[in-house]
Amino acid sequence: MYDYLETAETTENLRRVAVDPISRVEGHGKITLLLDQDNQVRQARLHIVEFRGFERFIQGRPYWELPVIVQRLCGICPVSHHLAAGKAIDQLVGIEPENLPSAANKLRRLLHFGQVLQSHALHFFHLSSPDLLFGFESDINKRNIIAVLNDYPDIGLQGVKLRKYGQEVIRMICGKRIHGTGAVAGGMNKALTQSERDYLLSDVDQIIAWAAGAVELVKKIHGSNLPYYDEFATIRSNYLGLTSADGALELYHGGLRAKNDQGETIVDHVDYCRYNDYIHEEVRSWSYMKFPYLLSLGKETGWYRVGPLARINNCDYIATPMAEVERLEFKAHGGEAMVHSTLAFHWARLIEALHCAESIKELLNDPEVMGHDLVAQGEKRYEGVGVIEAPRGTLFHHYQVDENDIVTKANLIVSTTSNNMAMNESVRQVAAEYLSGRELTEPLLNNLEVAIRAYDPCLSCATHAVGKMPLQLELVDVEGRLIDRLIKHGDGAIEHDLGG
Amino acid sequence: MTSEVNSILLFGYGNLSRGDDALGPLLLEFVESHLNLGNIDLLSDFQLQIEHALDLEGRALVLFVDASVSCAGPFDFAELSPGRDKSYSTHAMSPSAVLAVYQTVKKQTPPPCFLLSIKAEQFELGSGLSAKAESRLMQACQFAAQLLHNPAPDFWRQAAQCRVNLQEYEEDAAEG
Repeated sequence: MYDYLETAETTENLRRVAVDPISRVEGHGKITLLLDQDNQVRQARLHIVEFRGFERFIQGRPYWELPVIVQRLCGICPVSHHLAAGKAIDQLVGIEPENLPSAANKLRRLLHFGQVLQSHALHFFHLSSPDLLFGFESDINKRNIIAVLNDYPDIGLQGVKLRKYGQEVIRMICGKRIHGTGAVAGGMNKALTQSERDYLLSDVDQIIAWAAGAVELVKKIHGSNLPYYDEFATIRSNYLGLTSADGALELYHGGLRAKNDQGETIVDHVDYCRYNDYIHEEVRSWSYMKFPYLLSLGKETGWYRVGPLARINNCDYIATPMAEVERLEFKAHGGEAMVHSTLAFHWARLIEALHCAESIKELLNDPEVMGHDLVAQGEKRYEGVGVIEAPRGTLFHHYQVDENDIVTKANLIVSTTSNNMAMNESVRQVAAEYLSGRELTEPLLNNLEVAIRAYDPCLSCATHAVGKMPLQLELVDVEGRLIDRLIKHGDGAIEHDLGG
Repeated sequence: MTSEVNSILLFGYGNLSRGDDALGPLLLEFVESHLNLGNIDLLSDFQLQIEHALDLEGRALVLFVDASVSCAGPFDFAELSPGRDKSYSTHAMSPSAVLAVYQTVKKQTPPPCFLLSIKAEQFELGSGLSAKAESRLMQACQFAAQLLHNPAPDFWRQAAQCRVNLQEYEEDAAEG
C-alpha cells in the first residue's frame, strides 16, 4: 500500500511537478507530485479535472431518448452506455433481462462483443503498444501508432483491422460505426439481415487468428522481463465484476461478484439492481472523480479494481475454448489465486478480445441472431437499473421516471470511477519505486502515464485522443514561484525554457 | 474487411451537432436523396481516424467533403496527395495524413482522392447551419453532383484546375 503518499505531512519546502494533461488516455486528467529537496516523492495524486454533469442534464428528458443521449458520454465506448441505458429502460417497460426476446438478446450480445473487441484493439495497439514495443522511456517521437505501423507494420495493421472489424459489427447492427441506434425499450429496433451476417462471417476466422496472435504478442512482451512486468505499478486489491450464474466470464449480463486479493469471495451472484446496498462512493476534495468502495469492507480497504484484470481474475472459466486456454495460462503465471500485476491488464484485455472474436463467430452462426421477434412489452415501472461490463469495467446506469415518463433522477457509476483509487495507488507505487530520488525528465515521467494507461481509463468518458497531447511540466516552489518548466509541444518537440 | 466495395467513395465528415461542421455529412444526405448512387458508397463520420485508410481500399475515386474556415470561395476543390503532417497525434487526422497511412500500410499509391471543402462560419455546439453555409452547401451539392456524374480522375482534375483558375480570376478582379 502506498496510501501514505496521498497527502504529504507538510507542503513546506516541497516542489510541485505536474503531468498535465496525461496523454494517450481518454479524456483529461493530470498527475501531481510533491518532491522534497532530495527529489524524494512525498505526495502523488491522479486528478480528474473536468466536470461533465451528465447525470444532471439527463433529467427532464423522456426515458426513451436515453440510449441515444448517453452514447454522447463517450466516443470510444458509446455502445456500452447505449446498452446499459437500454437494459435500464427495459425495466421501465417491465421487461427483465430473462424476458427479452431471444433474438434481441443475441443481437445485443453480438453488438457488445463488437464494441469490446474494437475498444480493446484500439487501446492495445493504438495507445499502449508504442510503450510496450519501444520501451517506456523510449524516444518520444516513437511513442505513437504511426511509428508502430512503420517499424512493426504487420502488428500495426492487424491492430487497425481488428478495430475496424469490431466497428463493422457495430455498423451492421446500428447503422453507423459510432452513435448509431439499436437498443430500444424491451428489445432492438432492427434485425440483422443475412447479407450483413454473411459479410461479417466472411472475415471472422481471420479476426480470431489475429486476436490469438495478439495474445501471443502480449505474452511475449510480458515474459521478456517477467519480474519487471509483474512488479511495475502493481498493487494488491479487491476485484469486482459480473459473472454468469455458473461463474463464467460475462460481459453483457450477470450477477455481481467481488473477490479479495487472496481470491476469497466477498459477495457473489448479487442482483445488480441492489448495487446501492453493496457499493458507496466517497468524495475527495482534490478530484472531480468519486472513490467507490464496497460497503462491507469500508472506505479504507473496500476499494476495488474493475475491467479485464478483474474479470479474468474473478471468473471461474471462459465459455469459448481458445480464450479459456489462455485464461488458464494467465492464472497459472501468477502463482497465486489472483494476478495483481497492473501491466497484466494488457494480457487480460487481449484474452477478452480473443473471447469476443470467438463469441462473434458463434453468434453469427446462430440463425436466431437474424430473428425478427425483437421487442417485448410489460407493465410500466418507475425505476430501472442497467449494468454491463464495458471494456473498462462494470458500468452502472440507474434511472427514475415520473408518470409522464420523464427522467427525474439519474445515477451513473462508470468503470473508470471504480478504478480511481487503484490508479492513484499505481501512480504512487511508480512514484515511490521508480521516480523517487531521480532527476525529472520527460521519459521518466512517461512511466507514470504507462501505469495509468494500463487501466485504459476513460477520464471523461468522452471522445478519444489518439497520439500525444501537448504537455507542460512546471516546477514551482512552495510560494508558487516558477522554478523550472519543461514543455512538450503537439509535434513531440521538447523545450526546456527556464532554469537548468 | 474483404467484401466488395463500390468504386467511388464519398466520405463526408463533421459533427451534425456543431453548426457548420455538419456541412460534410449534409452534402452526403443531399447526394443520397437526389442522385442515383449506383457505384457510389457513402461514408460519414465525426472525424478522420487511422482506420479510414482502409476505407480507401479498392476504390477508383474518393471524394472527401469537409467544412473549412479557410476556403477562398464558397467552396474549394483540390486533389490530395499523401502527407505526413502532425495531425495523426490529434483527435482528427487530415485527409492527406489518412492517405499517408494508406501508403504505409498498403505499400502502394492511394487511389485518386479529392477534397471538397465548403466554407464554414461557426461551430457552436447545438447550433444549426449558418445562413451563409446553407447557401454554400447548395452550391457545393450542385458541384458534387457534376463530379459524380463524371466519375473520371481527369475530369475531376480539370474541375480542380478550373476552381483554381476561377479563384485567381476573382482575386485579380477584386484587386482591379
